[in-house]
Amino acid sequence: MSLRVSELRVYYRTLKGDVKALDDVSFTMRDGEILGLAGESGCGKTTLGKSLIRMDGRMRHMGGTVELDGRELPIGDDRRMNEFRFHEVSLIPQYSMSAMNPTRKIGKMVGELLGSRGVALDRAELESRLDLVELPRKVLDNYPIELSGGMKQRMVMVISTLLNPSLLIADEVTSALDVSTQKAVAKALIGFRDAGFVKSMIFVTHDLALTSHIADTIMVMYAGKLAEKAPAKVMVTAPRHPYTKLLINSLPEVGVRHADKKLSGIAGSPPSLLDPPAGCRFRARCPVAGDECGQEPPVVEVEPDHFVACWKA
Amino acid sequence: MRQYFGRKLLVYGLTFFVAVTINWMVPRFMPGDPVSSMVARAGVSNPGAVETMRTYYTNLFGFDQPLWKQYANFWAALFQGDFGISIWVFPTPVSEVIMGAVPYTLGLMIPSVLLSWVVGNWAGAFAARRRLLDNTVLPVGYVLTAMPYMWLAVLLAWGLGVVAGVFPVAGGYSFSLQPSLSVEFVADLLHHWVLPFLSLFLVALGGWAIGMRNMIIYELESDYSNYLSALGAPQRLIRRYAFRNAVLPQITGLALQLGVLVAGALVTEIVFSYPGLGSLILKAIQNQDFFLLQGTFMFIVLGVLIANFIIDIVYVVVDPRTRAGMAGAQA
Ligand SMILES: Nc1ncnc2c1ncn2[C@@H]1O[C@H](COP(=O)(O)OP(=O)(O)OP(=O)(O)O)[C@@H](O)[C@H]1O
Ligand code: SF4
Ligand SMILES: [Mg+2]
Repeated sequence: MSLRVSELRVYYRTLKGDVKALDDVSFTMRDGEILGLAGESGCGKTTLGKSLIRMDGRMRHMGGTVELDGRELPIGDDRRMNEFRFHEVSLIPQYSMSAMNPTRKIGKMVGELLGSRGVALDRAELESRLDLVELPRKVLDNYPIELSGGMKQRMVMVISTLLNPSLLIADEVTSALDVSTQKAVAKALIGFRDAGFVKSMIFVTHDLALTSHIADTIMVMYAGKLAEKAPAKVMVTAPRHPYTKLLINSLPEVGVRHADKKLSGIAGSPPSLLDPPAGCRFRARCPVAGDECGQEPPVVEVEPDHFVACWKA
Repeated sequence: MRQYFGRKLLVYGLTFFVAVTINWMVPRFMPGDPVSSMVARAGVSNPGAVETMRTYYTNLFGFDQPLWKQYANFWAALFQGDFGISIWVFPTPVSEVIMGAVPYTLGLMIPSVLLSWVVGNWAGAFAARRRLLDNTVLPVGYVLTAMPYMWLAVLLAWGLGVVAGVFPVAGGYSFSLQPSLSVEFVADLLHHWVLPFLSLFLVALGGWAIGMRNMIIYELESDYSNYLSALGAPQRLIRRYAFRNAVLPQITGLALQLGVLVAGALVTEIVFSYPGLGSLILKAIQNQDFFLLQGTFMFIVLGVLIANFIIDIVYVVVDPRTRAGMAGAQA
């Protein structure tokens, strides 16, 4: 197992109380696996991604463990976590367009970043990776402002994976791009995995259609909890959780899709994570809810590698 | 790049042109006869001198010539550094009087502006996101900026000058000394320089510090800082980048403040009777010395324009984005 997340709880401290953005989430990832992480806005996808690399000041690690390649990640300890960042866990942020210092030449910035982590810049390696994502080598002598959006995105991909991390978190990397560029980015990410630059990858997106092309496994979250996790094909063709079923059905047609189709079209909205209701969190919107749903449904492996948290699955 | 500086130079040239033209127009379109009123107000009793002055001014204004010629002559004189003759210290040329005052003003302005900018930025950057320092730098900064300049200057003069008696409160040097390059005179010069310098330095310091602190916090919350943190880059590197990027708007701020700063320095010289351009303006007004006033204004306009142009150049050197914008970004 590459990554093992067990009973992870991460809350946001706010004046009104704790926002339980990640509440008892467990899952594992194999070496070489690309995990597509999907779910409505606010379900905790970014929170999960950030928890694995760097929590912001308002996040609190309330419990649970994360193990990467057999070593426990000290995710709640900003200082101790530092040795894992970049080397073991890396990130392609949602804000790739503005992730590079605007006043430094890109090559120089990369050199300074690597130097600050005690690694010498291997120019030949860097250039070969630029070739791989079809960026001209002279971008290293450019300032970020001189690159187009797609080029910046690819540049950040190259930087983030330069130290061959074990786990790469790609948060909404395709959301701001047009359809053809999305495909190119997705292809490049798979290429990185196949070339062994990253061992495994969590690909966060709203776009279930795109996810099913890239990911080996898809995990759907709902209101801070895991709803369903299954191999990509199974998830698209035979979902078991009522929420996932609605999501899949709201897509026009499996296989042929409009890439801008967002996860929507389900009546109602997710519960507040400040004070989530007892029992199944999907209950208020679930078409098949019953009495037993007042109890929280456990995550059950209904088939090998297919996990569902629903009493009626 | 060429185009950029070309455009800037054009704007500055135009500003200068307008300033000179206004300067030329004022005495000519003033009601009454400027020559006789100036001669009369000069209060020179020697009839020979009065006659000399009258002929001199009439010739200088060249009222017998057509307007365009008067205007052209004015420019020609300007380029020869000829601002006319002072009435207050007749018959010293105005340019000479100004040159005597300029070192004092520059000696006061340049160190106080640059040092307050450097120290303020440094203190603000250092305090940002460091609780203990922030809790001291911020209130001190606010007190300093909120304090009216006059009040601060008078407080300094009273506290350090009158009560403590450490520094003299007036003049550029002791009247008992003759300007020379002796150690004694230079020490005396510095001694007189401290209070006016300190007042200018302190009054600008707080604003720079607060501005820099806020800019640094903004930069530390920006996307590139977050990205670097996520990749485990040390605070040292992130702060270095943040500082560099935060300094850029401060440079613009300096350019914008320059005019105000010059005005501030003029007030300082009057408060501390410091023999620079500010005092000269006061003297010129008191003595109805129109040429001196005109010359001093010309000089100040020129100084502010030159300083702004230098800041423009510095900005282009330190901010690659302006350069990229000039070259045209590539796809
Ligand atoms: N700084 C914060 N303070 C308080 N609550 C927060 C904060 N950031 C996020 N949350 C809450 O945590 C929950 C999960 O947010 P998160 O950003 O992880 O969602 P997401 O799945 O990434 O959504 P999106 O698809 O919109 O990016 C949301 O309910 C959100 O309101
Ligand atoms: S547990 Fe009940 S409420 Fe929740 S999804 Fe399943 S059926 Fe619906
Ligand atoms: Mg998100």
